[in-house]
Amino acid sequence: MLKRTFLTTAAVALAMAATGGAALAQEKTKVGFVYVGPIGDGGWTHEHDVGRRAVEEEFGDKVETVYVENVPEGPDAERVMTQMALDGADLIFTTSFGYMDPTINVAKKFPDVKFEHATGYKTAENVGTYSARFYEGRAVQGLIAGEMTESNIIGYIGSYPIPEVIRGINSAYIHAKKVNPDVEFKIVWAFTWFDPAKEADAAKVLIEQGADVILQHTDSTAPQAAAEAAGNVYTFGQASDMAEFAPKPRISSIIDNWAPYYIEQVKAVMDGTWKSEQTWDGIGPGMVGIGEITDAVPAEVKEEALALKDRIASGEYHPFTGPLKKQDGSDWLAEGETADDGTLLGMNFFVEGIEGEIPQ
Amino acid sequence: MLRLEKRRQPSRIWAWATPLAAVLATILFGGLLFMALGKDPVVAIRTIFYDPLFGQHAFFYRPQLLVKAAPLILIAIGLSLGFRAGIWNIGAEGQYIVGALAGAGCALAFYPMEAWFIFPLMILSGALGGFLWAMIPALLKVRFGTNEILVSLMLVYVAEQLLASMSLGLLKNPEGFGFPGSRNLQQYESAHNAELIAGTGMHWGVAFAFIMVIFAYVLLNRHILGYHIRLTGEAPRAARFAGVVPARLVIFCLGMGGALAGLAGMFEVAGPAGQVSIDFNVGYGFTAIIVAFLGRLHPVGILLAGLLMALTYIGGEIAQSNLGLPAAAIQVFQGMLLFFLLAVDVFTNYRLRFGRGVAA
Amino acid sequence: MDLSAINPVLLIASLMVAATPILLAGIGELVVERAGVLNLGVEGMMITGAICGFAIAVNTGSPALGFVAAAGGGALLSLLFALLTQYALANQVASGLALTLFGLGLSSLLGQGYVGIKPPPTDRLDIPVLTDLPVVGRILFGHDLMVYFGIALVALVWAFLKYTRAGLILRAVGESHDAAHALGYKVKRIRVMAIMFGGACAGLGGAYISLVRVPQWTEGMTAGAGWIALALVVFASWKPWRVLIGAYLFGGVTVLQLNLQAAGLAIPVEYLSMSPYLITILVLVIMSADKSRAPASLGRIFHASQ
Repeated sequence: MLKRTFLTTAAVALAMAATGGAALAQEKTKVGFVYVGPIGDGGWTHEHDVGRRAVEEEFGDKVETVYVENVPEGPDAERVMTQMALDGADLIFTTSFGYMDPTINVAKKFPDVKFEHATGYKTAENVGTYSARFYEGRAVQGLIAGEMTESNIIGYIGSYPIPEVIRGINSAYIHAKKVNPDVEFKIVWAFTWFDPAKEADAAKVLIEQGADVILQHTDSTAPQAAAEAAGNVYTFGQASDMAEFAPKPRISSIIDNWAPYYIEQVKAVMDGTWKSEQTWDGIGPGMVGIGEITDAVPAEVKEEALALKDRIASGEYHPFTGPLKKQDGSDWLAEGETADDGTLLGMNFFVEGIEGEIPQ
Repeated sequence: MLRLEKRRQPSRIWAWATPLAAVLATILFGGLLFMALGKDPVVAIRTIFYDPLFGQHAFFYRPQLLVKAAPLILIAIGLSLGFRAGIWNIGAEGQYIVGALAGAGCALAFYPMEAWFIFPLMILSGALGGFLWAMIPALLKVRFGTNEILVSLMLVYVAEQLLASMSLGLLKNPEGFGFPGSRNLQQYESAHNAELIAGTGMHWGVAFAFIMVIFAYVLLNRHILGYHIRLTGEAPRAARFAGVVPARLVIFCLGMGGALAGLAGMFEVAGPAGQVSIDFNVGYGFTAIIVAFLGRLHPVGILLAGLLMALTYIGGEIAQSNLGLPAAAIQVFQGMLLFFLLAVDVFTNYRLRFGRGVAA
Repeated sequence: MDLSAINPVLLIASLMVAATPILLAGIGELVVERAGVLNLGVEGMMITGAICGFAIAVNTGSPALGFVAAAGGGALLSLLFALLTQYALANQVASGLALTLFGLGLSSLLGQGYVGIKPPPTDRLDIPVLTDLPVVGRILFGHDLMVYFGIALVALVWAFLKYTRAGLILRAVGESHDAAHALGYKVKRIRVMAIMFGGACAGLGGAYISLVRVPQWTEGMTAGAGWIALALVVFASWKPWRVLIGAYLFGGVTVLQLNLQAAGLAIPVEYLSMSPYLITILVLVIMSADKSRAPASLGRIFHASQ
C-alpha cells in the first residue's frame, strides 16, 4: 500500500516537474554544465568553465549557472542532468562525448529543457550538438611546424586513436608536407586522456628520437615543460593557450573558445528562439582560436600562417582539399574536391605519407 | 593514561551507537569544512543528507539511491564472506569489469536477435566472468600459497587494460563513427536490464542485491558453511579441527565475491550504464570494500552502509550544483565519514579504561 | 619502422627519471609493510605530497623546501592512517582506501589556487667533466638530485634493515607482533614511525611528479602512480634493491613502449601495459616457492591484550 501511494506521487511529481520546473525559473534563466573532469584540470574542463563564467559575466543577474564537476560518464551523468532539470535548469550543456546517450535519455523526460551536447552525433527535438573544427587549427600548426623543423621530424602525442585525433594528425601532416616535402611524423599514442607524467615521457621519447617540434592532443602542459628542458624544441599549446611557456618552446596554440557559442545559445533560450542544431564551428566563428604566434617564428612564416588562418576562417580554403590519397595509396579526394563532414566525423585512416598504423 | 580493554562480547549498544556517533562527528567537522569554504553549513548538510530523502525532488532521488547502492551492496556482500574468513579479495573492481565485459560480450554476440533467453544467458556469463577472474587468485593461493590481496589487486589493472582494448577494438560499436565504446544495450530490448516497475529504480541488479543480503544472512546464521566461514576468521586452528578444508573455503569465498562483482558489472552495463566504454568502471569495486567494513561485515549492516554511501554521492552532487561546493569538498567529506566510522568501531569490541593497567 | 632511432643511453636516462616517483613511494611502502602494516593509501599520500611540495616551492621559490614540505605533508596525512589502524584498531585495507579518497579530495582543495603556475626549476647535476662523458655521463651524472636521493634511500633502507638493531626490531615487529611485544618492544610506536616514514617517502614521490617530472599542478595528476608503487613492493618481494630493479622495469616498460611507438612499431599498447602486473603475479607465484615471502603479520591488527 505504502509503495503504491509512493509510486503515484512519484509519477505525478515527475510529470509536474517536467512542465513546472522550467516555468518556475522564468525570471532568471538557469544554465547547467556537466563536466567530466575537475575545473582545475587546466585543459578541457577548464576551458568549458571559462565559457560558463563568460556567460555569467555577459548576462549578470539575468542568468544563474550551476555546474557539477568530475561526473563519470554513464548513470551518474544521467542523474546529475536529471537533477539539474528538476531544479529548474532551462538549458544544460553536457561537455563530454560519453554523455551522449545519457543526454538523449534525460532530454526525453524533460521536453521543455534544452540540451547541448559537446562532440556527439545524436540529436533530438530538444538536444543540439556542438563541436569545434580543431583540425582547422591543426592545419595552421602543421604549416608552422613544417617550416620550423630542422630535423624534419615532427612528434605527435595522441590520446586515443579516435576520429577527432586522427583528423588532427592528418590535417597537420598535410600542411606540414606542403611547406616541407621531407617532413616525417612520429606518432605516439598515450592511451589516456589525462596522465601528465606519461605525457611528459611521451614528449621526451619523441625528442630523443629526433623530433624538434612536438604537437600534442593531450591537455596537460607536461610536454611543454619537457620541450623547454630539452632546449631547441618547439611546441604548441593545446586546449588552453599555455602562454606561460611562450615565447619558447610554445610558439602558438589552439584554444578551445566556447564562450561565444555558450553566450549565443543562452541568448537563444532567453529569447525563445533556440533550435536543435548540429553546430560544428571552426576558426571563422571563433570557436577555435589560434594563440599568438611568438617571435621565435620568423616573420615570413608567421605571415604565411596567418594568411592560411584567414583563408580558412573566410571559408575560402578547406584543410582537406584534394588531390589527396589515403595511406594505402587509394584515392580519396580528387583535385579540388573537399572532404564532406560525414567522412571527417568518422575518419579512421591516415592520409598518404604518414607512416605507422592506427592501433585497433 | 588511556587504555583499551577487549570486551568479552562485542557490545550490542555500541554496535548501533557508534555509526550514529560517527555520522554526527562527520556532520560537525564537515560543517566546519563547509563553513571554511564560505557556505552555510546547515544548508550544506541538509542538502547532502535530507534533500535526497525528503526534499522536493525526493521521488527521483529515492529510486536513484537504489540504483547507486545496488552494485555497492552486491559486491560488498560477496566480499564480506571472504573478509569474515580472513580471505582478502580486494580485486572486485577487476571482477566487476570482467563480468561486465562477459555479459555485454554475450549480448553483442547475439545482436540483433531478440529472444527471451539472452538476458538469462547474460546473467550467467556475467557471473561466470567475475567468477573466473577471481579464480586466478583463488587457485594461485590454493596451489602455490600466493597472497590473494596482491594478486587480486594486480588483476584490476590487467582488467582495466582489457576494458580499454575491448572498447577500442572487439566490442566497439560498428555504427559509432569510430568512437570508442560498444553499442548501447539500453536500445537492445532482449539485453536491456530495464526497470522492473517504471520510476522505482528497481532493476534486476537491485533485486539481486536484496536477495543476496537475505542469502548471506541465512548462510552466515543458519548454514554450516556460514559457521565455517565465521570460525575460520575467528579461530583458524579450531576451524581446522572442526573439519574445515581451507582450500575449499578459499575457492568458495573468492568465487562468490567474484561472481557477485561480475553480476554487479553485468547489471550495470546492461542497465544504467548501457555500454562498455573505456571509463566504464568508476571504482565501485573499491568503494564496496569500504562499504563492507562500514557495514561491519554484516549483511544488514552492508545494506545500510551501501545506502549511506549512495546518499553521500547523490547528496554531494546536489550540493555541488545547488551550492557551488567543489567536488573535492565532497570527497573530503566522504573521507571524513569513513575515517570516523572506521575509528569508532573500536568501542564495539573494546572498552576504554582510565589509569595504568597491567599489560597482559 | 626504424629501431635505430631509439638511443639506448637516452632510454636508460629517461627511465631513471620515470622510475623515481614510484621508487620513492615504493621504498617507503616497503618499510611500512616490513613493519607488518599494509597501507593502501599511497596514492592519497603521493598526491598530497605533490600539492604540498608544489605550493611551498612556488611560494618560497625553493624546490628543496618544497620537497621538505612534501615529505611533511605526506607524513602528516599518514599519521591519520596510523591513528586509525594502530590506536583505533581499524581495518588496514579499508583505512588505506579511505585515506586515498581523502587525500585526493584534500589535495584538490589545497591546490585550487595553483593551476597553471610554473614551479621554480629543480637543478640538474652538472659536474664539468663527468656529465660530459660519453654514455655514462648522461646516465650517471646528468640527473637532478632527487634521482640520486632515491637510489641512496634504497641503499639506506637496505643497510638499515640488514645491519642495524632498529632494522632488526622493525622486521621482528612485522614478522610476529606478539613475539616482539613479548620481548618488550613498543609495537605500536614502531609501526607509527614506519607508517610516517612511508608517508614522507610517498609525499616526496608525489612532489617529484609535480616539481620535476611534469612540472605543474593539476588535480589527480599522480594518475595511479601510488597503486603502481604498491605493486612494486610485491614485485620486489619486500627486498630494497629489488624495488629499484622493479621501479626501473615498471618505468622502463612505459618508456620503452612509447619509444617503440615513436619508432613506428605497431604494438598492442594495452597488452604491453598489462605486462608489469602480469610479471608481478608471476613473481609472486615463483616467490611462494622461495623463502622470501610477505611479512607474516602483514595487514593484521595488533592489540596487546590479544
